[in-house]
Amino acid sequence: MAQFQLPDTVMPSLQPDAFVELSGVTCGYGDRTILEDIDLVVPRGKVVALMGTSGGGKTTVLRLIGRQLMPMAGHVRLDGVDLADLDAEGLMASRRRMGMLFQFGALFTDLSVFENVAFPLREHTRLPESIIRDLVLMKLNAVGLRGARDLMPSEISGGMARRVALARAMALDPELMLYDEPFAGLDPISMGVAARLIRDLNDTMGLTSIVVSHDVEETFLIADHIVLLANGRIVAQGSPVEMRASDDPLVRQFVHARPDGPVQFHHPAVAVGQDFGVR
Amino acid sequence: MMRWLQPAHVGREIRFKLMDLGYGARLLARLLWMAGPAFRRGRLVAEQVHFLGNHSLAIIVVSGLFVGFVLGLQGYYILQRYGSSEALGLMVALSLVRELGPVVAALLFAGRAGTSLTAGIGLMKAGEQLAAMEMMAVDPVRRVLAPRFWAGVITMPLLAAVFSAVGIVGGWLVGVVLIGVDPGAFWSQMQSGVDVWADVGNGLIKSLVFGVTVTFVALLQGFECQPTPEGVSRATTRTVVMSSLAVLGLDFVLTAMMFSI
Repeated sequence: MAQFQLPDTVMPSLQPDAFVELSGVTCGYGDRTILEDIDLVVPRGKVVALMGTSGGGKTTVLRLIGRQLMPMAGHVRLDGVDLADLDAEGLMASRRRMGMLFQFGALFTDLSVFENVAFPLREHTRLPESIIRDLVLMKLNAVGLRGARDLMPSEISGGMARRVALARAMALDPELMLYDEPFAGLDPISMGVAARLIRDLNDTMGLTSIVVSHDVEETFLIADHIVLLANGRIVAQGSPVEMRASDDPLVRQFVHARPDGPVQFHHPAVAVGQDFGVR
Repeated sequence: MMRWLQPAHVGREIRFKLMDLGYGARLLARLLWMAGPAFRRGRLVAEQVHFLGNHSLAIIVVSGLFVGFVLGLQGYYILQRYGSSEALGLMVALSLVRELGPVVAALLFAGRAGTSLTAGIGLMKAGEQLAAMEMMAVDPVRRVLAPRFWAGVITMPLLAAVFSAVGIVGGWLVGVVLIGVDPGAFWSQMQSGVDVWADVGNGLIKSLVFGVTVTFVALLQGFECQPTPEGVSRATTRTVVMSSLAVLGLDFVLTAMMFSI
């Protein structure tokens, strides 16, 4: 399958502004290989979207970057440091440079909205309560939920939960933000709000962002670079404009949400007639 | 040959079981080692003591009372055959303090608080809360498991003491108030026959061991469960079965060590 010519900003892995880098990464669970020989560079300050079919390995990439998974082969580097070389203390220091938004927020259900956002501050700092209060309210204000500080996670909607989780992920001012399906299950208004927040936060706070998403429209609006994963491999990548203009059948099927194409609707099976006993 | 009889399969299963055992032993060692960090943040432990103890108190008190009733009744029928019904207080107290207090309280604790711990941790795992904690550079073992573990170890002897105390009251109600055993004999036999170190002390050691066992099994099952509703429910069931069997097995071993000579 033909690949796009990569823009200069993401070409060779040894570029000085590469913040996250996967080189020759193969990864899986047990005997099952999820990612195979992946090379990926995320430049500093950019929003890079990982897209592709379900089970294509997108979330696995995020788990590798957080070292919640170790690759079977290859290297995952954050700011030039191979994550496999880190001891427990180094790993914790590395994770403090990241924030991750989980698919359904992963809020602590026994803590209020305020306490959820305050959690990383209380765990990692010895700030006085008045400063913690101000910081938490600032983060909540940035996601439009300052007024929801006293609510419990069970009292807020899915979209609000994700915004609270975003405020929590931003609490320690990370350099890298990882978003796992931030638009899944959101109504169009919440989806637009979430997309704008991701882009605005990235630009105003000088972050680097990796967004795993299925939503073509919202993701193409905010991403600088799109990476398309299928069957554990990168099958295409480029800017949103390049992806839209692509002639590649898989890219076209994905971008235009077509049922027919390289990705089959039906799981491999014997002929219909054979199953139903008709000719 | 059946699959489970094949040497390769048996070897693989043994290797996996040994790996599980090693993992469990390392986790237990970590939790014991984390006593210092856990108690430095005493509020977290106190919250869990309140949660585990408070929620188990009702079932402990009611069960203790009924066990005391039965002990009073059965004890009287047996002792009066030998003309020793005045020793009822001693029999009730020794039965409770040495055996029934620690063991039954531990079984009830496994059913009430252990399942709650497993389900709580399992649901945190299923909801990616533990993964979120890891990504915030917070160790879930230190933040979530250790306070619960030490709270369980503290709570278990307290609940066993409550169980024994309420059981003795139950025995007194049936033996003295209902049947008419002499109250002076009931209490004085108990006072002179129960040894603080040999009986109460050994009962306390038992309940501490059971506290470690039940709480650790509950936490391990929750921490290692499949992060699905079915996985959490299976883990909860395993907690009750494994911790109950472990308590009964350990009780025999401890009794043999403590009271055999």
